[in-house]
Amino acid sequence: MSLIMPEIEPHTMSGRDLLIEKLSKILPETSLIIDETGRRAFECDAFTMYRALPLIVVLPETVAQVQAIMALASEMNVKVVPRGAGTSLSGGSMPLEDGILLVLSKFNRILEIDYDNRCVRVQPGVQNLTVTRAVEAQGFYYAPDPSSQIACSIGGNVAENAGGVHCLKYGLTTNNILGLEIVLVGGEILRLGGAHLDSELYDLMGVITGSEGLLGVITEVTVRILPKPAVARCLLLGFDSVKAGALFVGSVIAHGIIPAGMEMMDKKTIQAVERFQPCGYPLNVEAIVIVELDGVQAEVDHLVEIVRQIAQEAGATTTKVSLNEAERLQFWAGRKNAFPAVNCIAPDYLCMDGTIPRAQLPLVLERMDELAQSYGLSVANVFHAGDGNLHPLILYDASKEGDVARAEKLGADILRLCVSVGGVLTGEHGVGVEKRDLMSEMFTQADLEAQMHLKCAFDPAGRLNPGKVFPTLHRCAEFGMMHIQGGKIPFAHLPRF
Amino acid sequence: MSLSLIQIRDKNDLVEAIQSAQRTNKSIALQGAGTKTNLGRHVIQAHILSLKDLTGVTLYEPEELVLSARAATPLAEIEMLLAQNNQQLAFEPIDYASLFGQSGNSGTVAGALAINASGPRRIKAGAARDHLLGFSAVTGRGETIKSGGRVMKNVTGFDLSKLICGSYGTLAALTDITIKVTPKSETEKTIILFNHSERECLNLLRKAAASPYEVSGLCMVPSGAMEGFDQNLAALRLEGPEISVASRCESLCHGLVENDIDRLLLNEKASRLFWQKIKNFEPIIAHNGQVWRISVAPRDGRDIIESLQSAGLPIQGYFYDWAGGLIWLAVDSAPHAYAQIIRSIVDQKGGHCTLIRADIKTRETVDVFHPQSTVLAQLTSRIKFSFDPACVLERGRLRAEF
Repeated sequence: MSLIMPEIEPHTMSGRDLLIEKLSKILPETSLIIDETGRRAFECDAFTMYRALPLIVVLPETVAQVQAIMALASEMNVKVVPRGAGTSLSGGSMPLEDGILLVLSKFNRILEIDYDNRCVRVQPGVQNLTVTRAVEAQGFYYAPDPSSQIACSIGGNVAENAGGVHCLKYGLTTNNILGLEIVLVGGEILRLGGAHLDSELYDLMGVITGSEGLLGVITEVTVRILPKPAVARCLLLGFDSVKAGALFVGSVIAHGIIPAGMEMMDKKTIQAVERFQPCGYPLNVEAIVIVELDGVQAEVDHLVEIVRQIAQEAGATTTKVSLNEAERLQFWAGRKNAFPAVNCIAPDYLCMDGTIPRAQLPLVLERMDELAQSYGLSVANVFHAGDGNLHPLILYDASKEGDVARAEKLGADILRLCVSVGGVLTGEHGVGVEKRDLMSEMFTQADLEAQMHLKCAFDPAGRLNPGKVFPTLHRCAEFGMMHIQGGKIPFAHLPRF
Repeated sequence: MSLSLIQIRDKNDLVEAIQSAQRTNKSIALQGAGTKTNLGRHVIQAHILSLKDLTGVTLYEPEELVLSARAATPLAEIEMLLAQNNQQLAFEPIDYASLFGQSGNSGTVAGALAINASGPRRIKAGAARDHLLGFSAVTGRGETIKSGGRVMKNVTGFDLSKLICGSYGTLAALTDITIKVTPKSETEKTIILFNHSERECLNLLRKAAASPYEVSGLCMVPSGAMEGFDQNLAALRLEGPEISVASRCESLCHGLVENDIDRLLLNEKASRLFWQKIKNFEPIIAHNGQVWRISVAPRDGRDIIESLQSAGLPIQGYFYDWAGGLIWLAVDSAPHAYAQIIRSIVDQKGGHCTLIRADIKTRETVDVFHPQSTVLAQLTSRIKFSFDPACVLERGRLRAEF
């Protein structure tokens, strides 16, 4: 499957020298990368299947510079792709050959820590884990914890509405931020929220979160920090079928318990993990479930016993309970290593990210296996079991003729399967370019147009991150602010992508 | 007051009504149970679309923590169904009925979402907007759309659920909603701490909010505002399994609070009653003036009140929720509702204030919602036009311009 990106705009390619000249008046030399070798380093994000050499890479250091870049891009009608740490798993920050790649990594300062109001104001290039590191001595932490948290940036987290293993109890990025500053197309600056809760009129912060860089460039984020739970303990449970594990997960929630985390891995992943870095997972089971409970000691001890009981009733064949912090981390070690570990059993993998209603898990897994077999491939599975977010890892070998295409086709089939049982294409990785062409599996044309109308309200000329999220991005002038009469779109002869 | 009342039977009726309003440039009010007609700017719309027949829970899977319902399903019905399964709406939807002298607990689920009605537990569990997983609606363009889904974790496309919550029906008319529901706590207790200093009470609330004891309600009521309490009080609610509540209660009482502070412990029943009173605005209910809702950083709450007092505002009563970050303020009625002075004080600190209760004339002339910066106001208008280019839905309800 080849990826069709928006057509390269001749006026941009021919105007590159002028653009560079103008950018060099805005930025110091060290913030402008124009030579090919330098730009090559930015040709993809963590979704490495597709690459493009950016037209120019800019690394501004001040909000004023970002504003000036956005104003210049508007003036010269040039596309802009914002990028944080470049850890997107869906190609959300994949560059465009005729676009400025706007890298926010120099925005790496924590601006204010406000314990009294329990929030931290950070620049967007600050790494996720850095926030927790900065406040943990005072007993606080920042809840969203995507696996890439040592590398990914807060700005990118907001753009993608990043999740993590603790979402079920503590929410995604959208539930954990209080304020945003963004630079709009054209260079205007917009401040939303602050240390107070909720907005009046339209919740723009809410809709910008997860908008994948299509609505504005994030230049500051106010995150909410939480007091660190007094205690956390883990149970490591083995089951002789994935179904038994899934039923157990449902049963925990039916008992009124919302664990801090509830993760499941299938046999293939367990074996990979144990080969990669042994951490004591049982090898004679079909699935393991890790349950983390946090809170005050009395509550955690109480809930651990209840969950142990539920596990017993659900037929768990292995039950281990962490007795200290080292053991708890040991239980997690394998899960946190799952992605790199899978490279022990296959040279390449494609990570999917659908979410399904949890009860459909056994059916989806069975069907997924059949699909994989039909393509001559196999799938290892890691799930955020509590919230139904699946990460099937499609194992393939890029050096084998046709394997990449087969893996992609299987991936698309798996996502269609997720949608068909009431689920969605992506739970936390974003649509990007990876799932862009599958959007119509989930949304009607009218659904997508409503989203595109919103895009037009922010970016009428379609300059910000085009080619991502939407399979066909119409020109706003065609329908954006005008009313479409009888479904007839004017200027039907214009090329669309 | 409006020209006509149109009963909507289904989605098709709604599409037809909105498209027809567009053609004729007639504006529309959306009505469920009609409990929120006094909120927002006062405008007489050409038509009222009654959505009250769009009722019924269409999906409820307790183990999946998800519930779907048609827009005008009574909240009371949903809450009762949830209670039967030991579940609840964690955002604890606030009910303005008592402020307007209406009988309580009669609103619809879409109404609560449309105004992002979040109660005391918002500080721990999130707002209404954090609980809407997906919806179907008919936009101001007369198009049927859906957004989101029924799963907890979903980043597929723009999160229009956030935009719809708190939009007062100005972007689209909701027809179906899917919300996240959560287990109900086994029990609850409330610690009431008395202190002569209001500021000290608020400091205690923030200290408790920063503790690892998961306090799910943090309000401060000035002396005499609530029957039975003649001192300033700080109330801290603890919810969870019995053993956990007992443990956290002890830790909070001993670890956080100085021994010489007078305190009272409310058991489960008394605790529920206390927070019900807070949700019913009891500390200001006796006042007949205009009511403002002020959202600020928790630390700024007391400063705002002091500034308002020094500015000579005729304050009738007030109390704080959300650890000091939410102020409910009753002032003597005036045609200008003291909007300018209140807003200039709030603007110095950052935050926003909404005129919740005022007569029709005042809500026609005074900005009910906090004025926005030019950039934000322009963007807000463009978003409104992108969903509702002819401004047929709730014209003028949020802002005079649309």
